[in-house]
Amino acid sequence: MNIVAATENFGSFIIDTTERWGRSWIFLSRVLSALVRPPFRPYLYFQQLLQIGVNSSLVIALIALFTGAVLAVQGEYTLSKFGANAYTGPAVALSLIRELGPVLTALMVIGRAGSAVTAEIGIMRITEQIDALRSMAVDPIKYLMAPRLLAGLIAMPLLCGMFNVVGIFGGYIVAVGLLDLSAGTFMSQIESAVGLVDIYSGFIKATVFGLIFGWVSCYKGYTCGFGAQGVNKATTQSVVTASVAVLIVDYFLTSVLTRVFMK
Amino acid sequence: MISVRNVYKRFGPQVVLNGVSVEIEPGKTTAVVGPSGVGKSVLLKLIMGLMTPDSGEIFIGGDNITSARGERAKNEIRRSLGVLFQSAALFDSLTIYENIAFSLRERMLIRPSKAHKQVLDMAESLSLVPYLKNYPEQVSIGIRKRVGMARALITQPKVLLVDEPNTGLDPLDGQEVYDLINACKIQWGFTGLVISHELPEVFQVSDRVAMILGGEIIIEGTPAELIASSNPAVQQFLNGRTDGPIKIQ
Repeated sequence: MNIVAATENFGSFIIDTTERWGRSWIFLSRVLSALVRPPFRPYLYFQQLLQIGVNSSLVIALIALFTGAVLAVQGEYTLSKFGANAYTGPAVALSLIRELGPVLTALMVIGRAGSAVTAEIGIMRITEQIDALRSMAVDPIKYLMAPRLLAGLIAMPLLCGMFNVVGIFGGYIVAVGLLDLSAGTFMSQIESAVGLVDIYSGFIKATVFGLIFGWVSCYKGYTCGFGAQGVNKATTQSVVTASVAVLIVDYFLTSVLTRVFMK
Repeated sequence: MISVRNVYKRFGPQVVLNGVSVEIEPGKTTAVVGPSGVGKSVLLKLIMGLMTPDSGEIFIGGDNITSARGERAKNEIRRSLGVLFQSAALFDSLTIYENIAFSLRERMLIRPSKAHKQVLDMAESLSLVPYLKNYPEQVSIGIRKRVGMARALITQPKVLLVDEPNTGLDPLDGQEVYDLINACKIQWGFTGLVISHELPEVFQVSDRVAMILGGEIIIEGTPAELIASSNPAVQQFLNGRTDGPIKIQ
């Protein structure tokens, strides 16, 4: 390959990437502006809260219970090496509230509901249902995307809160029931170690992850390619992109929030 | 009522529409015919404002949809349109009843209780009452087309756009769709544009016919004028021959 062709390829890659980014940001701004523009259709928002939030709660609770239990076993094992197994409670609670709660909740919701959102919108795209909406003067951004994005923004922190509570309960059962830690020690150490800033930072993360969930899953469905293969590709890309984005954004948010709240 | 003026559209290097112009008078129906892949559906999407032409203008009832900026401005013009899509494009998560009521509820924001009578009247007109509680997947494609027609007509549009009315239908269901279009024309008196490659069947709903080939309108006139045309491409297409100026892609 000569240098001209290589430069051409590199240039078109940069242009394509910039264009895709630009389109996705324009898409997000259109969805956000649709949220505050009438007409409002509250039943669509409740429908999506049910689909994305309520219907995800059982699987989130199950994952949370066992995550808390595993953290208690691992925490007690590690801390006992330093004679500090009384701090198993705070180890479980802080890990869940600050980190694992928001991240695992987001990954579970993306896997369960994000793929469904992308597939649903993608199928609507390839079967001309979105064209039909537009031809009827109904804005698909407002009718389809805005309720899903808002449901993600509301459901994610709520599910994260549930994850934390159930996870701590799972840790409590293992630590107190199986590892013979005192219930009083477990709870009082949590009470003294966990501050409001930990809870805030967890919820801020969950809200941002909710935005990522809604943005990526709706955008990938809306811009899906032709046929069953197009929907398949869009769904895979949606889950992978949103999951990777959550983990990358998590690092930056953790760094920023730790600095902000430690001051 | 619909005026397509010198419209050009290309996708990459491929020129799909090369200066297409069509005029449709109020209350009349024009069929745009031609082989598959010549840009008929693209023309329909341009008229609906779902795509933008590279140049040229499209007027619907005096409003220029090509120069309308943004979805909100286009939606104002789309309010006068009813569209029957090739696959009917019904919302598969809604029942037949909800599909028919959709425009009333979501576009005109009419309360469900007030829309109820209109939906029932429309369902009765198109013999859809037995299917109102079914979902689109539970009924035949012929009934789905009828539901698509009911959904398109419930807001009493001034213009009805129909994309390939009998695709996927057997001859009886296909004829039923044409009869339905004719009956609805008499009852609601809309201006119609029908996109089709089915000749001569589409003539029975058309006042005028325009044939598109190579991105251009090669002939426009009444169905009788089309049949009498000496243009070899028209005759080849009418008679369904493989030999002639139209190359099979």
